[in-house]
Amino acid sequence: MTRYILQRLLGMLAVMFTVVTIVFIIVRIAPGDPAAVMLGPDATPADIAALRARLGLDRPLAVQYLFFLGQLARGDLGQSIFLDMPVTQALAERAEPTFFLTLFSILIASAIALPVGILSAYKRGTLFDQAVTTFAMFAASIPSFWLGLVLIQVFAVRLGWFPVAGYGGPDAPFLTRLSHLVLPAVALGIVSSALITRFTRASMLDVLNDDYVRTARSKGMGEFRVVMKHAFKNALIPVLTVIGLTAALLVSGAVVTETVFSLPGIGNLVVSAVLRRDYPVIQGALLVIAAIYVLINFGIDMLYILIDPRVRY
Amino acid sequence: MAAVLSAPSPSPLAETLPEDVVLRADDLHTHFIVGERAAKSVDGVTLTVRRGQTLAVVGESGSGKSVTSLSIMRLLAYPGRIVSGRILYRLRDGTVVDLASLPEKRMRAIRGKEIAMIFQEPMTSLNPLFTVGDQIMEMIRLHEPVSRQEARQRARRMLELVEIPAAEKRLDQYPHEMSGGMRQRVMIALALSCNPALLIADEPTTALDVTIQAQILDLMRRLQRDIGMSILFITHNLGVVAEIAHEVAVMYAGRVVEQAPVGALFARPRHPYTKGLLACIPNPERDRTADGKRLMLKPIPGNVPSVLALPPGCTYAPRCPLAEPRCEREAPGLVPAGPGHLSRCFRHELL
Amino acid sequence: MAAVSITPAPRITTLILQRKTLAIGLAVILAIALLALFAPLIAPYAPNKLSIVNRLKPPSATWLFGTDEFGRDIFSRTIYAGRLSLTVGAAATALAGVIGITLGIVAGFFRRADTVIARIVDAMMAFPDILLAIALVAALGPSLATVIVALGIVYAPRLARIVRASTLVIRELPYVEAARALGVPTWRIMTRHVLRNLVSPILVQATFIFAYAMLAEASLSFLGVGVSPEIPTWGTMIAAGRQYVGQADWMTIFPGVAIILSVLSLQLVGDGLRDLLDPRLRKDL
Repeated sequence: MTRYILQRLLGMLAVMFTVVTIVFIIVRIAPGDPAAVMLGPDATPADIAALRARLGLDRPLAVQYLFFLGQLARGDLGQSIFLDMPVTQALAERAEPTFFLTLFSILIASAIALPVGILSAYKRGTLFDQAVTTFAMFAASIPSFWLGLVLIQVFAVRLGWFPVAGYGGPDAPFLTRLSHLVLPAVALGIVSSALITRFTRASMLDVLNDDYVRTARSKGMGEFRVVMKHAFKNALIPVLTVIGLTAALLVSGAVVTETVFSLPGIGNLVVSAVLRRDYPVIQGALLVIAAIYVLINFGIDMLYILIDPRVRY
Repeated sequence: MAAVLSAPSPSPLAETLPEDVVLRADDLHTHFIVGERAAKSVDGVTLTVRRGQTLAVVGESGSGKSVTSLSIMRLLAYPGRIVSGRILYRLRDGTVVDLASLPEKRMRAIRGKEIAMIFQEPMTSLNPLFTVGDQIMEMIRLHEPVSRQEARQRARRMLELVEIPAAEKRLDQYPHEMSGGMRQRVMIALALSCNPALLIADEPTTALDVTIQAQILDLMRRLQRDIGMSILFITHNLGVVAEIAHEVAVMYAGRVVEQAPVGALFARPRHPYTKGLLACIPNPERDRTADGKRLMLKPIPGNVPSVLALPPGCTYAPRCPLAEPRCEREAPGLVPAGPGHLSRCFRHELL
Repeated sequence: MAAVSITPAPRITTLILQRKTLAIGLAVILAIALLALFAPLIAPYAPNKLSIVNRLKPPSATWLFGTDEFGRDIFSRTIYAGRLSLTVGAAATALAGVIGITLGIVAGFFRRADTVIARIVDAMMAFPDILLAIALVAALGPSLATVIVALGIVYAPRLARIVRASTLVIRELPYVEAARALGVPTWRIMTRHVLRNLVSPILVQATFIFAYAMLAEASLSFLGVGVSPEIPTWGTMIAAGRQYVGQADWMTIFPGVAIILSVLSLQLVGDGLRDLLDPRLRKDL
């Protein structure tokens, strides 16, 4: 087990190191001088040179890379060019809506996908199963921002049940802020339920034919118990993997959905940073989101230990 | 649970089943129906299991022996279905029920409690995510209102019964920590934990090494003697049959072609297929000419017919050395061919 | 028989139905492609023809899908936009194909390259696709070409993974080993034996990448970080309609339906192809 954990830990660090390098490269391949871009056309060569020096852009790439690594090691993601604050602070201030949006979306997606996927596999080949397969494919084809707009049209504009946009301001009570998250979370939840449904169905189909499921039936227990205790627990490992993956993808789904609903989250921050070429913010957000993905994956690998005794061994 | 099982009045089916018979399948048909086509995997199986005895069902793969056992347990996977026939079973209280038409809920009370089953693949038949103890205790607590501690005591005793050393420690182990032979012992302990009257064993030794095979067969024989259960033993191995069975039913293409006490069957098979099978067993004494030269074994020519397109008459006729024109047209019935001996052949007297 | 009883064969009706979905998917995506291709002949109005008097008109016989805030015909714009969306999707898929297949085969054949490539592919997959595309477009400067390049890079790792896995299997096949033993050059083995065996998994995956790329392009355009807002793509049209939600819903509905139909039909084709070409793959997803 220790070996397993160490292996995963090393794997995680290796991926993270490559991620850092890729982010460094992406930001450095930008054509033109970032300092000149940031300062605009009216900047004097002296201003540009000063900014280059401040950003360390005048040094060789290898030095810049080491400098970058050193910064990261201290937990420093640099200074935002437009927001007049450290990138870490900008990200932290925007984290709440993104966190809750992702959390609720994944809960909604799982609440739809798990029962539907299980039942669909159990009743394979039936009309219900075919309807589920069709729905899953349909949901996977909907752009989340479009679904968000349709939900706004119906539930916010026509029916007036939920706020159209925003996050209710920083002083709004928590419940008000949550009410702003309902529609975006539903939009993202529906779209991402597609993948989880298909995965749940596929891995349930796999295990439902396994010998130990037949053994469970031969013991004389009811179908619900056979399916939920004996089959589903075995199907859970691939399903958890895809839920984790979806959670990470949702962070990027949030980029688009936050724009639709004008939620002041990390996604919104990234979009405005891209539009303003605020490279430190883009770089920081990329790193943090990739790190979240890697961490979620690591967390799921650790969950396996709880579920599967063969990993523990 | 017991209340569900004991019908208030004596079942009218009781007269149809002699006292010493536990299970009788009567012209059982199980088909796998895909669209318009039906794979007739079991096509009129009739067999009898007597109290305290072992009936071995022998046949090649595809003969329908496994499907027969799954039909009895009503564990057929979609799209398999019992199409017609009866499976009469005598409950412990003497009532006779027809398993083929019993409601699923009553069937559940029978599975594990009255009839238990062990399977061919010990490596995959246990759930990898639960301890061996949990899996046995689950079975006990499904059928009997006992506490966890009591169930655990009984599970431990079951492991001791199947001669697993350090039973207490083993209870908390997972299947992957055990060898194949050990897991099959666990499966047997699991199957016997509620004292079933009938044990169905579907090729329980096929996946095991020869030495382990012998141990498991010994164990099953001893347990049958001690507990007095009946066994329906499915195998393709005639050597195993000779070791464990009291009676043998030979299956071919979805039908029982011969049932007889084991001695009579080996001494004088009354069906050309059985005779062909016996000729396939290597026998150093028989397979030698007078001057000591070795003879070749004689394989049965041809193949088992497809269950999707069975011939109209006797299913064995296309491969049978004794076939006459009548065999191609008419399907023979299972007729007496000696004391306790049944054969599905028009020409069994010639053998 | 045991096998038959435990794993039931798929129902014939289901098989036919799946072929039917392949046929439907193909028909729909072809119809959309033809509409886009012959847009100048089919569109009742020029896509950029302004008509302020007719702004924000609801769908009617005159304007099938209604008009936008400048009185432009949404129907005409939608079919013209299809040209761009399909082109971006196809071009990004082709680019992803070239990069992904090359990396995958090299990784599958050369142990030393494999460690590096596999590491990069894993790291790339750690970025959500849209986010990586946004970052790449930001770095390269927004334009039609950079959107294609960015999406091509984003989706290349998916193909690289599949190709690498298949290559690892194929290179161990007896006839490939025999070819190697006979001294056939490695590049020849790769192109002759390996690529040919990879055609069906690549084709299936490429269909899905086409679908994802179209979705991603729409997202980028919607966010305003991709194609210039003046160019009609389904994404930019929805972005424009966003201001008029509740007032002129048709501005968002119709381009959205166009995206859904295209992506759905591509997924149907991908699924159908998978069943048709390689029944063994059925189980994954």
